[in-house]
Amino acid sequence: MNYMTPTREQREAKLEGMGCKRKRVEDIRFTQGRGNYVDDVKLPGMLHGDFVRSPHPHARVKSINSEEALKVPGVLAVITAETLKTVNLAWMPTLAGDVQMVLADGKVLFQNQEVAFVVATDRYAADDGINKVVVEYEPLPVVIDPFKAMDADAPVLREDLAGKTTGAHGPRKHHNHVFEWTIGDKDLTDAAFRNAEVSIKEMISYHRTHPSPLETCQCVCSFDKIKGELTIWGTFQAPHVIRTVVALIAKIPEHKIHVIAPDIGGGFGNKVGAYPGYICAAVASIVTGKPVKWVEDRIENLTATSFARDYHMTTEIAATKEGKVTGLRVHVLADHGAFDACADPSKWPAGFFNIVTGSYDFPTAHLSVDGVYTNKAPGGVAYRCSFRVTEAAYCIERGMDILAQKLGMDPAELRLKNFIKAEQFPYHSALGWEYDSGDYHTAMRKMMETVDYAGLRKEQAGQREAFKRGETREIMGVGLSFFTEIVGAGPSKNCDILGIAMFDSCEIRLHPTGAGIARVGTKSQGQGHETTWAQIIATEIGIPADDIMVEEGNTDTAPYGLGTYGSRSTPVAGAAIAMAARKIKAKAQMIAAYKLEVHEGDLEWDIDGFRVKGLPEKTMSMKDICWAAYNSVPPGMEPGLEAVSYYDPPNMTYPFGAYICVMNIDVDTGVYKIRRFYALDDCGTRINPMIIEGQVHGGLTEAFAIAMGQEIRYDETGNVVTGSFMDFFMPTAVETPHWETDFTVTPSPHHPIGAKGVGESPNVGGVPAFSNAVNDAFSFLGSTHIQMPHDFWRNWRAAKNLGVFAA
Amino acid sequence: MAKTHVTMKVNGAEVEGLVEPRTLLVHFIRENLQLTGTHIGCETTHCGACTVDLNGMSVKSCTMFAVQAAGADILTIEGVANADGTLSALQEGFRMMHGLQCGFCTPGMIIRAQRLLQENPNPSEEEIRMGISGNICRCTGYQNIVRAIQYAAAKINGVEFQEAAE
Repeated sequence: MNYMTPTREQREAKLEGMGCKRKRVEDIRFTQGRGNYVDDVKLPGMLHGDFVRSPHPHARVKSINSEEALKVPGVLAVITAETLKTVNLAWMPTLAGDVQMVLADGKVLFQNQEVAFVVATDRYAADDGINKVVVEYEPLPVVIDPFKAMDADAPVLREDLAGKTTGAHGPRKHHNHVFEWTIGDKDLTDAAFRNAEVSIKEMISYHRTHPSPLETCQCVCSFDKIKGELTIWGTFQAPHVIRTVVALIAKIPEHKIHVIAPDIGGGFGNKVGAYPGYICAAVASIVTGKPVKWVEDRIENLTATSFARDYHMTTEIAATKEGKVTGLRVHVLADHGAFDACADPSKWPAGFFNIVTGSYDFPTAHLSVDGVYTNKAPGGVAYRCSFRVTEAAYCIERGMDILAQKLGMDPAELRLKNFIKAEQFPYHSALGWEYDSGDYHTAMRKMMETVDYAGLRKEQAGQREAFKRGETREIMGVGLSFFTEIVGAGPSKNCDILGIAMFDSCEIRLHPTGAGIARVGTKSQGQGHETTWAQIIATEIGIPADDIMVEEGNTDTAPYGLGTYGSRSTPVAGAAIAMAARKIKAKAQMIAAYKLEVHEGDLEWDIDGFRVKGLPEKTMSMKDICWAAYNSVPPGMEPGLEAVSYYDPPNMTYPFGAYICVMNIDVDTGVYKIRRFYALDDCGTRINPMIIEGQVHGGLTEAFAIAMGQEIRYDETGNVVTGSFMDFFMPTAVETPHWETDFTVTPSPHHPIGAKGVGESPNVGGVPAFSNAVNDAFSFLGSTHIQMPHDFWRNWRAAKNLGVFAA
Repeated sequence: MAKTHVTMKVNGAEVEGLVEPRTLLVHFIRENLQLTGTHIGCETTHCGACTVDLNGMSVKSCTMFAVQAAGADILTIEGVANADGTLSALQEGFRMMHGLQCGFCTPGMIIRAQRLLQENPNPSEEEIRMGISGNICRCTGYQNIVRAIQYAAAKINGVEFQEAAE
């Protein structure tokens, strides 16, 4: 061998393909403050819009007087529902099949609802204008508690639905009822409970919380009257869908709408939906003929854009005395706020909540969900989860612990006894899903060995004895969680958004010199797509990742895709990328065969090019093939080397994980100390382990925040009392625990590269691990379930209620 | 509203502008000076995305008026890279240790960490965590931010960066 010839390892390393901890290309600009976020977009003559918002949670709007506001220097226009009616935009359709007021039309339904939009030459003038708009309200009775929303005498919230007994998802039972969704075999499940040797029943609430990405929602809309074209820069997780929605409701032809999602400062589900700010800025630009920027402030983000969760789950599990589960029955009361603006695929009013059987082999299950309207902000986003999967995982993981407690069994033992076995995959769940692959026992046992689970339980037993003897005031909790995520929305047989199937897409163009560009239908909000997508291409076609530029978020250039949320990017777009690369590789093989004067079948792939079988010296690198593609293709073949793929996945993917949290709680103060948190994830093929680990850290931190303190709270009059980072728990580096990560690899059998997605798993699995740890700590004092969030005060109160203080 | 003339030094250059007395420093930096690396995340001094270094102190520029900064010496993220354009030790540390994801908090985080390392060139993990507790990150969970700052501290001190054992 010539000493200059790079070794196989060197050639592979140069590609920085899948499995490589490639450093992120994004960071070069982000670390220098050279990112380009929406608020960095500045256009000549740009105006600023800001909202007048309702101080009342429920009130009739008797009048809006803009006269004084229009006298404020710099104020050019005040847009109200009346203005929007002239262009048929007073109400907008929601993703969930409901309609939502853009600006208050006759009444307001939640505090801080948008009432009027003031447009001015700068943001200070807009703010001055807001303060001069006079709105006369007549307060109406308020419904905050979802359990009271369907009382016979509950105030009517949605007058626009008066008399409508059918909603987007079937019959409505009451004037504040949104939908009822039932699934599973009711008779079989009821029978399982009648025959059960043991059963548990608990109302498990998952409180209202909020994604709160550090960058709020914002946009710049610019309407060009001459060309009739509308350009929108916005914080969009799904830019193509936004373009289609704008085309449908603004009646502008879709090709004349240009949606650009530049760098995005975190999304977590918050930036999937359409908000009144986008509509108002677009209308304001059309009305004024100038570009209009709308930037939400933090209070607006927390109080008026989409919340998450607010699910109240009555959970029942039937089992044998030996701990084999025989049935699951769950009824959910879902608080949807004033409008059902949930970001779910169209046919799924409660998202994928029917993954609630979790990782366990339930022979039968039945689920029903009732959605209700209340005087709260609308939404219901999949906050770092795939459409209500966090709620489902929390429900079943808390339920299994409660069952273990009732049976006097160890919760790990109960889980091992009921897991779906490796040989059962593909597994059909009682509520209709087909799990692609899994090896739960291996993951669980690896976790238990790594943390010395038996040792922890022994220590806990000792601690409990010491507590009873009065030698310590600390109690110890060991919280387990084993979850199965369902991500990769999704197959067109299951999923669509407003009728658009949830495929994703990639277009790859290789240039003559062997470098190229990949454009993808997804949109990174920090997940590092520019880095990882190039790694997939590098492995597939042997071009170094550094030579592939990845571009997303511009609807003019990227192929149509459904965007980034619900951990769908790798399962769906990742597959599209691999398939586009394989199309290129197939053409490259034909070119190489022609140039090497052999039959295609005589060629085999070799890291970064083709070689003739049996003749290792006779090779052609992908880089050389790129050049040939533009000057000497076989006769009859089109020149060029590019491909586009639209990938409709055959199934969802089912990543899973085993988590454990060890914490101590001081009963006199309620103060907790997270001693250890270990997270084992199986997301199938790992594209960039560094990025996966980073995603897991971030997801766990959000799980920690949600489980241990973060809550959107309202007082009984409908005031939001958690409207800023002062009172909405945002963990800093001081509170945040140290994370230990680990993994197993069980590739997805139906995904071209075996990848399953991971970004949301740590949030889905993390919340039950924290909550189970708190509940486990208190369990020996006779408690079965304490509602989240488990902040110091609630811990202290739980201790007090359990009688740990001397009279 | 009547405007006031302010001058200050930003990233080593004398700058000036006409601002309303109520103009926030962050808006002066972002809008008047067109330095958009300094971000706005909460407008209540909690998140730290707008942190700049002002006369040797870390300051949240979203709750300070531009007129209060008249005559000050300010450093923003745009002034952090080495003179030859290469990444500073901290910027490099954030990249090497995967200390950022969406990148929105990163400029404020780096500006704060730079001041921290000037005050305490060899901080412990606990000191780093306390030192950046005025800056919120929603993506990373801080663990890799801590490592990034440790990496930079080692590089600045001329010692080899060693990962703390798990």
